[in-house]
Amino acid sequence: MREITYAQALNEALKECMKEDERVVLLGEDIGRYGGIFQVTAGLLDEFGPKRVMDTPISEAAFVGGCVGAALTGMRPVVEIMFIDFTTVCMDMIVNQMAKMHYMFGGRGRVPMVLRVNIGAGRGAAAQHSQSFHSWFMHIPGLLVVTPSTPYDAKGLMIEAIKNDNPVIFVEHKKLYAEKGPVPEESYSIPFGKADVKREGKDLTIVATHAMVLRSLAIAEEASKKGIDVEIVDPRTLTPLDRETIFSSVKKTGRLLVADEGHKTCGVAAEISAMVAEEMIYFLKAPILRVCSPDTPVPFSPPLEQAYIPDEKDLLLAVQRLMEYA
Amino acid sequence: MNIEKNKLRELYTTMLRIRLFEERIVDLYARGLVPGLAHLYLGEEAVATGICAVLRPDDYITSTHRGHGHVIAKGANLKNMMAELFGKKTGYCKGKGGSMHIADMEIGILGANGIAGAGLPIATGAGMSAKWRGTDQVTVCFFGDDASNNGTFHESLNLASLHKLPVVFVCENNLYGISVSQEMHQPIKDIAIRATGYDMPGVVVDGNNVIAVYEEAMKAVKRARAKEGPTLIECKTYRWRGHHEGDPNQGRRYRTQEEIEAWKKKDPIKQLAKKLIEERILAKKAVAALEKEVTQEIDQAVAFANESEFPKVEEMYEDVYIREGETE
Repeated sequence: MREITYAQALNEALKECMKEDERVVLLGEDIGRYGGIFQVTAGLLDEFGPKRVMDTPISEAAFVGGCVGAALTGMRPVVEIMFIDFTTVCMDMIVNQMAKMHYMFGGRGRVPMVLRVNIGAGRGAAAQHSQSFHSWFMHIPGLLVVTPSTPYDAKGLMIEAIKNDNPVIFVEHKKLYAEKGPVPEESYSIPFGKADVKREGKDLTIVATHAMVLRSLAIAEEASKKGIDVEIVDPRTLTPLDRETIFSSVKKTGRLLVADEGHKTCGVAAEISAMVAEEMIYFLKAPILRVCSPDTPVPFSPPLEQAYIPDEKDLLLAVQRLMEYA
Repeated sequence: MNIEKNKLRELYTTMLRIRLFEERIVDLYARGLVPGLAHLYLGEEAVATGICAVLRPDDYITSTHRGHGHVIAKGANLKNMMAELFGKKTGYCKGKGGSMHIADMEIGILGANGIAGAGLPIATGAGMSAKWRGTDQVTVCFFGDDASNNGTFHESLNLASLHKLPVVFVCENNLYGISVSQEMHQPIKDIAIRATGYDMPGVVVDGNNVIAVYEEAMKAVKRARAKEGPTLIECKTYRWRGHHEGDPNQGRRYRTQEEIEAWKKKDPIKQLAKKLIEERILAKKAVAALEKEVTQEIDQAVAFANESEFPKVEEMYEDVYIREGETE
């Protein structure tokens, strides 16, 4: 199968959906001529014109809220927020409007829109362009939260997100945009709430998201040399969360490590850990461990930023610690 | 402008329907029959009435926390409204929204909204949507004086004017943002001047004169429908009650009795009644008959709400997400 990047896979998904459905329109800052800060919308302005690929002013509340109004009245907008950090200036539109309308109106009205954001440190962009607070959106009933880790998942999940009738927070990862992987040329969608076991193993489960999936795969080989057989479960969507696949993996291995790039406190890993502790405690042979970002803002200086990002070294240490329990 | 007699009667009836509905809520609230918050529209009836009278059923509105008047003027059913205020299953939102969230997509009500200034982007988006879908639908956005200090106001007017969107921004300047008077919340008197910064027409109108509101709405809606762009209409008006029904002393902590009385003398409904009787468009008897008719309609709405059931606890978990294949 041909290989394309994560950014190209997303681009292809957008293009296919726009060809198929006139209601799909794109909005965001610098998504037109510039092609989007990470080139996800490159070439789409030329193909679909400025009416359907709309560069917006720096007015996140207006254009995200605008998408809510457009979605309520029959459109399927896909909106790009340049960095997840900037969702803070339109949080009312996301949390109080987009997420709640269907419920608050007793099922009247639908908001089928996709809000694209990206997370991840490692580009020297400091504390306001590098955050990974995607767990915030898991806390809001009404939103779906999608976290692709590979080009294949990125395309299939994006197509599903656009076709889904619910509002979707589509969380991309900056360090993954250039990663290549096999992606079918035809259109396909990946259902939400279905985790993907990225590696099968019997000794220890790593539930990993985004770049932590790739980092976990890297250390799994090293661990196997030491006789540790790691299983890697990628939830792919945080809401809905595939509890069953996580539970059955934990049941098999008896050890759980959760790896996510958000802060440790109240993060994705905290939630998954609590869920397993509530439901699976008698299957556990060891405490649950989390590998996450520290509870500090993202620092600028390269050595500090490098230390900030949870990496293979952190994962390997945690794996070894978990294996100390018989 | 020469308004047809039937239109004048319609304006009168709509204002009366809002007035009597809200007066009934005062009573029901005082007796503890309406839970939660109720922000009443008493005194401001001419604004929603004059504006919505020029809209088609397929045109859109976004409303505010003080939304009963807007949705009645846009054609909402009083029974489902009342049931919603009572928290009943037969309400517009199955009892999940209450007073601040009444919505009906079928008649273009994109929702009352509990967040000040939140309707502006949503209305702008409905305007973008009409443009994308190639229709000539118009969206009216209602908001208050203090919401014009919110970023969403400025962002939305900019975006709407930039793309010449078919949106009419209607500022209901009732002189107070809850308890803070206009002179304490902004350095200008006429909010309409803010339109200049966004290169769109901005007009000030007497918000207690329904005919004046209607005439300005006609111009703005015509302009929007012709794809010439948005307009900002500022309606100067006043709320008779407190911010909400639980407001201590009905807002006399921050307003004088004299001020309230002075505005009550400018009652939009009495003004129109006087004109209609003087010009023999409506007989005195007909005015009384109309009041009786609307009162009965409200009685029926209250009875419907009373007889309706509360939602079951399990229903709390419904409508959070749309399941695949679920129809609207």
